[in-house]
Amino acid sequence: MAMKVYGNGMSVCVARVLLCLHEKETEFELVPVDLFACHHKLPSFLSMNPFGQVPVLQDDDLTLFESRAITAYIAEKHKDKGTDLTRHADAKEAAIVKLWSEVESHHFNPAISAVIHQLIVVPLQGKTPDAAIVEENLEKLGKVLDVYEEKLGKTKYLAGDSYTLADLHHVPYTYYFMKTCHAGLVNDRPKVKAWWEDLCSRPAFLKVSPGLTVAPPTN
Amino acid sequence: MAGIKVFGHPASTATRRVLIALHEKDLDFELVHVELKDGEHKKEPFLSRNPFGKVPAFEDGDFKLFESRAITQYIAHEYADKGNQLLSPGSKSMAILAMGMEIEAHEFDSVASKLGWEQIFKNFFGLTTDQTVVKEEEVKLGKVLDNYEARLGESKYMASDHFTLVDLHHIPVIQYLLGTPTKKLFEERPHVSAWVADITSRPSSQKILV
Repeated sequence: MAMKVYGNGMSVCVARVLLCLHEKETEFELVPVDLFACHHKLPSFLSMNPFGQVPVLQDDDLTLFESRAITAYIAEKHKDKGTDLTRHADAKEAAIVKLWSEVESHHFNPAISAVIHQLIVVPLQGKTPDAAIVEENLEKLGKVLDVYEEKLGKTKYLAGDSYTLADLHHVPYTYYFMKTCHAGLVNDRPKVKAWWEDLCSRPAFLKVSPGLTVAPPTN
Repeated sequence: MAGIKVFGHPASTATRRVLIALHEKDLDFELVHVELKDGEHKKEPFLSRNPFGKVPAFEDGDFKLFESRAITQYIAHEYADKGNQLLSPGSKSMAILAMGMEIEAHEFDSVASKLGWEQIFKNFFGLTTDQTVVKEEEVKLGKVLDNYEARLGESKYMASDHFTLVDLHHIPVIQYLLGTPTKKLFEERPHVSAWVADITSRPSSQKILV
């Protein structure tokens, strides 16, 4: 039976999982969850993820949540097919992939998600973005991207010379970020820009990006 | 042989996370002190070890790493046959472990660290605790701990019936919070309370306290 992913293609965290499934050429079924109707807060959903968030993965009797735990599971289960996303064959290389995955999780994600929340999610709630939060987090994001600019001058991808989960985890938020008026943060850094363009050229990305339909307001 | 070195500070929760893992594995190591109050972590030569300017950084011979949870995972895999088992064999068990580590990092630590900062670390810097923030963050932590209470009603530890990295990653911040009024949130929940008492009384948890 194919794996089931509960969530919607426009959600950043769901897209992270979908990218991984495509990189691994794995069959799956996407089961939509109506977030606007708060179906993720119903007992039937909370029994799968008590934190009430998408995505959730079901694989036979295994139920998982947290997108980066799901990608790690998929990458490990299907380590012998598709793209090698974890460099599992060598403990030290695998550790470097984990290191840059932690960097995405703890340095990149908090800053970029705060910006996207203000510029895309807050207007959808009928409220005005907090410019101070945006500015503060753009500054933090810029510093992270400075580190990336230097790293990507030494290796083609963040954890070395091949694409791994460390790169993949960045894709959905960056895709939304590049739709905002602050895309210059990426475009002004040549190595980061080249890395981003490479990530966007991957077949898995081209399958998932049409689902990333949310956009900042045009005014 | 150059051996294992940890570049960090004995009071830092992230440094302690790594030290606990090393003690669980009975590994010899050297703790190289990074003087945070002098900003040593924001300057060279430390920045060459971690360009994000945070402790800890790590060396095993000529292999270098940073990010405490990447380091603990490296230690757990590389030294799987030494000391205590910190992982769970099998891809589904490892997935449950990975999920538990993500929950600690994204749901627990983001809130618990703020409570530690407000009530303990701010005092080191001569700043005042903001009780409004403490109240707000305690509400959030309460909800996370409600989930933990349910989970720990089903298994002795967070990801398994034995102690793993998931439990380990929680220890340093919990140790600090037990010294604040926030400790009531742990004490009010019987399964959480028993788990906290268990993980903080392990020899490795005691060794890292200064």
